[in-house]
Amino acid sequence: MSSFISFLINGISLGSVYAIIALGYTMVYGIAKMLNFAHGDVIMVGGYVVFLATSTLGLPAWVAILMSVAVCTVLGITIERIAYKPLRGASSLSVLITAIGVSYFLQNAALILFGADTKSFNSVVNLPSLKLMDGAITISDETLVTIVVCVLVMVLLTTFINKTKTGQAMLAVSADRGAATLMGINVNRTIAVTFAIGSGLAAIAGVLLCSSYPVLSSTTGSMPGIKAFTAAVFGGIGSIPGAMIGGLLLGIIENLSKAYISSQLSDPIVFGILIIVLLFKPSGLMGKQIQEKV
Amino acid sequence: MKKWRMAAAAVVASMMLAACGSSAEETTAAATEAAEETEAEAAAEGTETEAAEAPADGAVWNFGGLGPITGSTAIYGLAVMNGAQIAVDEVNEAGGINGYQVNWLFEDDEAGTETAVNAYNALKDQGMQLLIGTTTSGSCMAVIAETEADNMFQITPSGTTADITAPANVWRMCFSDPAQGTKSAEFIATHELATKIGVIYDSSDTYSSGIYENFAAEAANQGLEIVAAEAFTSESNTDFRTQLQIIQDAGAELVFLPFYYTEASLVLRQANEMGYEPLFFGCDGMDGILTLPDFDVSLAEGLMLLTPFAADATDDQTVSFVTKYEEKYGETPNQFAADAYDCVYVLKQAMEAAGVTPDMSVSDLCDAICAEMVNVSYDGLTGAGISFTEDGEPNKEPRAVRIENGAYVMMD
Repeated sequence: MSSFISFLINGISLGSVYAIIALGYTMVYGIAKMLNFAHGDVIMVGGYVVFLATSTLGLPAWVAILMSVAVCTVLGITIERIAYKPLRGASSLSVLITAIGVSYFLQNAALILFGADTKSFNSVVNLPSLKLMDGAITISDETLVTIVVCVLVMVLLTTFINKTKTGQAMLAVSADRGAATLMGINVNRTIAVTFAIGSGLAAIAGVLLCSSYPVLSSTTGSMPGIKAFTAAVFGGIGSIPGAMIGGLLLGIIENLSKAYISSQLSDPIVFGILIIVLLFKPSGLMGKQIQEKV
Repeated sequence: MKKWRMAAAAVVASMMLAACGSSAEETTAAATEAAEETEAEAAAEGTETEAAEAPADGAVWNFGGLGPITGSTAIYGLAVMNGAQIAVDEVNEAGGINGYQVNWLFEDDEAGTETAVNAYNALKDQGMQLLIGTTTSGSCMAVIAETEADNMFQITPSGTTADITAPANVWRMCFSDPAQGTKSAEFIATHELATKIGVIYDSSDTYSSGIYENFAAEAANQGLEIVAAEAFTSESNTDFRTQLQIIQDAGAELVFLPFYYTEASLVLRQANEMGYEPLFFGCDGMDGILTLPDFDVSLAEGLMLLTPFAADATDDQTVSFVTKYEEKYGETPNQFAADAYDCVYVLKQAMEAAGVTPDMSVSDLCDAICAEMVNVSYDGLTGAGISFTEDGEPNKEPRAVRIENGAYVMMD
């Protein structure tokens, strides 16, 4: 029984990291209607900023995290300005390919700047870990912080979108870009803000990812990025609670199938379940069913 | 707006060019320097030879060496170059091989395949009669085709890929990848470290899964029980908590980790978080864990790994080698240096037994040495009683080190 709970907690721990990355994916997709495949690599950049700030410059963790959020926000706006904005009118396929290009650009730039060797990341979370049932179950401090941050971000994002003017503008752009323009909403500015927030979130996700799994290389963000994208689709892309639930479920399914079925088959099982869910609910678990009017 | 974009593009482009330019220049500069050094050394060696003990015909042995002495794996090639140099100096001081002095020629192969073949041809132009190399597996696979065609004797100090020794003229000083699995099981059983073993391995990597398969086969022979064998892939190589939990529940006393130190550092950390403290045992891929930047080395305390050489061993041979190496090159030798050193002495023994002379053709020399290789028995830095099988594989006692106070300590 205690093993089962341990497996479950491992799953939640992994899932909460997926969830926080998925929040960034789902937000950008929901509003700008594009898949930002470079999101995972912005996470990697966020990780490197914290790594350099703490171990090379010796700055305290909170300064490093603020720096990382600032750098990633600027990076996100820059990427949007240079790579995506000129393609605003182009087909979504062109934007998708550009996003993949940006992803490779960031990975290789990191390879040139930081070298190929893997860096060991010192966790910025240094709280005692939680021991339950006489120490039979341990919940690491990183897991606790990731879950708390994840819920916090979800609540803040929902409030921001529903209660502020910029948030309402985002919803409007998401619903109908043309109509939003006609209503006097600055679409370019709104999308830029979306990218800024998404990339700021990526920085936080990077810090939490690297704290939970403390290695850092130029490809650190890519696999978690793909898994988180899957989580976002699973939960219903565009839905903020969906990203959270999708991420947690994905992490739990992955870990339980690793534990009870086969450590080699866990990924096929995860993606198999994704296919089944999408067959029955094409817009994901929490996705809105939008009827296309003819 | 357009202008601004053009300017940005130009800046980016020029930065990239600058980056490429500087790294290329550095590489060439370093390569030239290194090559000059080698030539200078070789020349010095040559003159010494003639002055010291000139045989009637003035002939010398030309041993060729290949390995990367520039680039990211330079540390391995430099170790082989320097380790063999020390052995060659000792051999020459003691009167050479069959009365002829040895000339150590070394070329940079940059750990590449085409570059290795070019460097091999360059060595042949300099009159190489046999090859100690190459240092890395990839370039070794490229060079064996050439040496087989030339019937040039070749012994690799450190190429671990199984297929390297397929041609009859190629031999190996280190254990091959699959042999590491067998030897690890043997070591664990003979040292009675544990009987219940858990394994974590990378099923997407031939090195890791190859070692695991051979380990599992030998474990059965040795009476070890593998209570859990859990896999991961290169796509899921950051979270090992579930695998560790399964292994802990299965009651493993020792966890075998046949993969690279980056992933192993995570395994150690996560096990520590869980409060799980079994013995951990790794292979040569684990070598490097202590130098991983920012890794908390206290997590690796008690970790064991299969490696033939530890610089702090106290036997006379190791002490003498380490002292000479540190004096000459200012750093502590690693297992590559030790393997290269042993290569020279194994060759000396085989060549003396065969009674070969430098006027023989490369092919005749190869046949004569190969015939004697299987009779070699040599106590070296990397093992006592080193001998070779017909397939070109070494036969020696497996050795392992344990990490104590952040340093390797040779296990008895």
